[in-house]
Amino acid sequence: MTKVFAHFTACTGIKIAYEGTDQFETLLPVRVKGGNAPDIAIIPQPGLVTTMVNTGKAVPVTAAVMKNIDAYYNPSWKTFTTVKGKVYGAPFGASSKSLVWYSPAQFKALGVTVPKTWAQMDAIAAKFKAAGKLPWCAGIESGAATGWPATDWIEEMALRELGPDKYNMWWQGKLKFSSPEMQGVMAKVASWLGTSAQVGDLQSVATRKFQDAGVPGLKDGTCGMLQQASFYSSMFPAGTTFGPGKDADAFYLPPTNTKFGNPIEGAGEFPVAFSKKPEVGAVQAYFSSPAYGTERAKLGGWTSANSGIALSSYSDPVLKVVAESLQAKKGAIVFDASDLMPTAVNGAFWKEITKFYAEGKSMKDVAAAIDSNW
Amino acid sequence: MITFGSLFASSWPKIFQILAVIVIFFGFYGIAFAAGARIKGKKQNSLAIALFLVPALILVMTGLGIPAIQTFLESFKNADSSQWVGLKNYSNAIHDPDIRLAFINTISWVVICPVIVTALGISLATMLNKMKREAFAKSLIFMPMAISFVGGSLIWNLMYAYQEPDRAQTGLVGQIMLWLHIDVKHLLLWSPWNNLFLMVVYIWGFTGFAMVILSAAIKGIPTEIEEAAQLDGATGIRLFRTITVPMVRTTIIVVLTTAMVGTLKLFDVIHTMTGGNFKTDVLSNRMFDENFVYLNYGRGSALAVLIFLGVIPITYYNIRSLRLERKH
Amino acid sequence: MSSKGHAANRPFTSPIASMVVTVIAVLWTVPTFGLVVTSFRKKEDILSTGWWTSFKNPTFTFDNFRAILFESGGTVGEQGMIPFAINSLAITIPAVLLSVGLGLMAAYALAWIPFRFSDHVFYGLFALQGVPLQLSLLPLLTFFATGVQLFGHTIFPQLHIVGTLASVWLPHTMFGLPLVIYLLHNFVAALPREVMEAARVDGANHFEVFRRIVLPLSIPAIASIAIFQFLWIWNDLLVALVFAGGTDDVAPLTLHLANLGGSLGSHWENVAPAALFSIIIPLIVFFSLQRYFVRGLLAGSVK
Repeated sequence: MTKVFAHFTACTGIKIAYEGTDQFETLLPVRVKGGNAPDIAIIPQPGLVTTMVNTGKAVPVTAAVMKNIDAYYNPSWKTFTTVKGKVYGAPFGASSKSLVWYSPAQFKALGVTVPKTWAQMDAIAAKFKAAGKLPWCAGIESGAATGWPATDWIEEMALRELGPDKYNMWWQGKLKFSSPEMQGVMAKVASWLGTSAQVGDLQSVATRKFQDAGVPGLKDGTCGMLQQASFYSSMFPAGTTFGPGKDADAFYLPPTNTKFGNPIEGAGEFPVAFSKKPEVGAVQAYFSSPAYGTERAKLGGWTSANSGIALSSYSDPVLKVVAESLQAKKGAIVFDASDLMPTAVNGAFWKEITKFYAEGKSMKDVAAAIDSNW
Repeated sequence: MITFGSLFASSWPKIFQILAVIVIFFGFYGIAFAAGARIKGKKQNSLAIALFLVPALILVMTGLGIPAIQTFLESFKNADSSQWVGLKNYSNAIHDPDIRLAFINTISWVVICPVIVTALGISLATMLNKMKREAFAKSLIFMPMAISFVGGSLIWNLMYAYQEPDRAQTGLVGQIMLWLHIDVKHLLLWSPWNNLFLMVVYIWGFTGFAMVILSAAIKGIPTEIEEAAQLDGATGIRLFRTITVPMVRTTIIVVLTTAMVGTLKLFDVIHTMTGGNFKTDVLSNRMFDENFVYLNYGRGSALAVLIFLGVIPITYYNIRSLRLERKH
Repeated sequence: MSSKGHAANRPFTSPIASMVVTVIAVLWTVPTFGLVVTSFRKKEDILSTGWWTSFKNPTFTFDNFRAILFESGGTVGEQGMIPFAINSLAITIPAVLLSVGLGLMAAYALAWIPFRFSDHVFYGLFALQGVPLQLSLLPLLTFFATGVQLFGHTIFPQLHIVGTLASVWLPHTMFGLPLVIYLLHNFVAALPREVMEAARVDGANHFEVFRRIVLPLSIPAIASIAIFQFLWIWNDLLVALVFAGGTDDVAPLTLHLANLGGSLGSHWENVAPAALFSIIIPLIVFFSLQRYFVRGLLAGSVK
């Protein structure tokens, strides 16, 4: 990341100091509330963007950023950080959550190919089982945010079963977790990734770090497939090659029916400004430009929804496919629903779904407990 | 590769800063003492208070006193402190089943841990007193004190690590269970015992403190008293009960209090080992989550106030016994 | 205590006591020992077998330590672990000096200088020990960042220290003071009244009494409390987390360790040696000062 900044500094004389911390969600609100906000914060959750906007300290994006958004992005991107009619987040990195990671060598050994429909995927799972292996890898431990990978599974299923419109109603709180529709979705997830025949011991799923879910399981063949976002590629050991026929690969998580096409659940980061200084606006505009994106993409391990970035900038075949799907200006791209929900509901979602795995709490009780936080 | 030159370049401002603090502190009080020594009469009392006590009071009030009042007020406001909501945060806290569980867990922590820590501490201190290689054994038991709870949690994660029974265990506790033909379990998920396993981490880390302090107190018991008791025929447990314990009563209370307040506030172990999941949440961790994860300052503050209310009886009891102490 | 073979001097009979102590000492050491062994093992071994099996066919390596200390980038940071150790020192030393220094003077004032609200101040300080740390983080950070305003007037100016080392050791000093004062007060108040009064009769004022009598007599108590403060501050995560702002420039070892352990999956080959490295300095401090414990923290409080 800092490598790309050097280029920008050389051109404009603006120096960018980057602070990274994995306690970001914790620290940012404290610093903003304490009057010690950074000039720009790169926020991965639209829900947090809204919270920050409500403090009155965030600054809407400049005209230059708006121009980039309109020229290069699917129109749904700006809706994610629109609060009271104003856009606050310039788009930055983006990832697709609708992926399934697998080992091409294992698929070859079982004589199966990448599935295009849910039924084909189920058939592959059955073959894994017949070979005495677990069809699915899973791990949802992530410190204070334990449970989030499982919220993604429910989101993917909700998007496929109910479609983008109902999906949006759901994260807005208009469709309850305990509604018959969502209960149907959650029951499907329970039979897909919530039984020991599918993912092994459920308690182990709750304590396994999400980073360790597919590494080394996919490679050594203890489990077959892992539903996880595109950024999971960075969890593989250095030197892993990606693509069909290579060490690891990913395919699009197929739809369960044909009603809604091939919808994508995306996630992304949004640089939000807390200062009106012109150089801050310039940096924001730079982040949302193809110039930055192209440089960054060439370094690898990163994708964007910016259609101004030539696909040839992505050397990794998996990321190239992801970028291509994210660049599409038409079609449904929805955002990670839990990240859009109010922080209290999101937190309850994590905690309650973890109870499903750790304590065997029923999906019905899980739903009721989450609903009580609205 | 990292070079010595680059390390030095980044470190010297920090080292300079350490030296600056030392020089300023001793410089200031050096001058103050030199000047203060010449003042006689009534005036010196107020000057001594101003220089001895007031700086500490200002720091404590800024760091703890005033923020505590602010938090008390915040606890009657909504999530982003923009509106007054009365007692809503408190009634929420009472009705939320997770918070109620955290409450129960906190109580068991506060009751179990300090008692075990103090009991272990005084027994070890007594047994070790004048034993061969006392310092060595003490150092081993004290060693976890030098390890942060972050480090301690990592160490115990390694102890509690679980693998399915058909695979080689990587956690020693699991392996021991296997050797003893007990079903290997997810220790951190095995409710309600998992609370006990987390307490072990705290007890492991804190017993050294109790032992060292109590040991110091035991060594301070005047020899004559002990010898007089021995002449009366007191040995073993009886000597321990009739002489040792009463003689170090004050210290026992200090240790118990420190441990109780410590467990009430403890959050590192829970935060790093289970994140409050698996029915192991405690109030201070939940408060951290409310404040910094769910961004609900009102509720977080209400929990903080509840914890503070829990401290009050302990504080009250201690102040009462301190009063007796201070009388003479 | 001149007599030798004074078995009765030990309340518990020796053989059983020795055995119990040995068992406890072993139990207390095994987990740390596991960490030590793990930090010398290869990554594949750590994940596939328990550390106790590694003695059968030992394949130990120093690579893990080389990686965290002398190599840059990846999971260990731009300059390895050493800068974080310097940060920890730069946070801990000032905080220990200030809290113990100011604490001792305050303890003396409360114990030996009679003034009207002495008792109330003492009990008030004691009560503040119970204030959960978490609840003062946000107000204090706000205070550092914005100062104090009342009705549009700045009562206290903004301190430009947020994100610096001072913003970490200052809160540590504040949070540590009540306990330090309480513990030192127990000690100082128990100093022999006759000695203090004799000095006063000789015409020494509070400054002289403190410097000539209290300070020298308190060295063991100061040393032991300084050690505890050192360990507590060195090992703190929460305060550093909030006040250091998460920047590598001021982050102490614990913060780095938490990041290593939390965000990168099971990288035991980095986490184990890093954890071991983080306990070296506290252990040196403890072992070099531990003889003071024998002379007695709180020894004076026994009457």
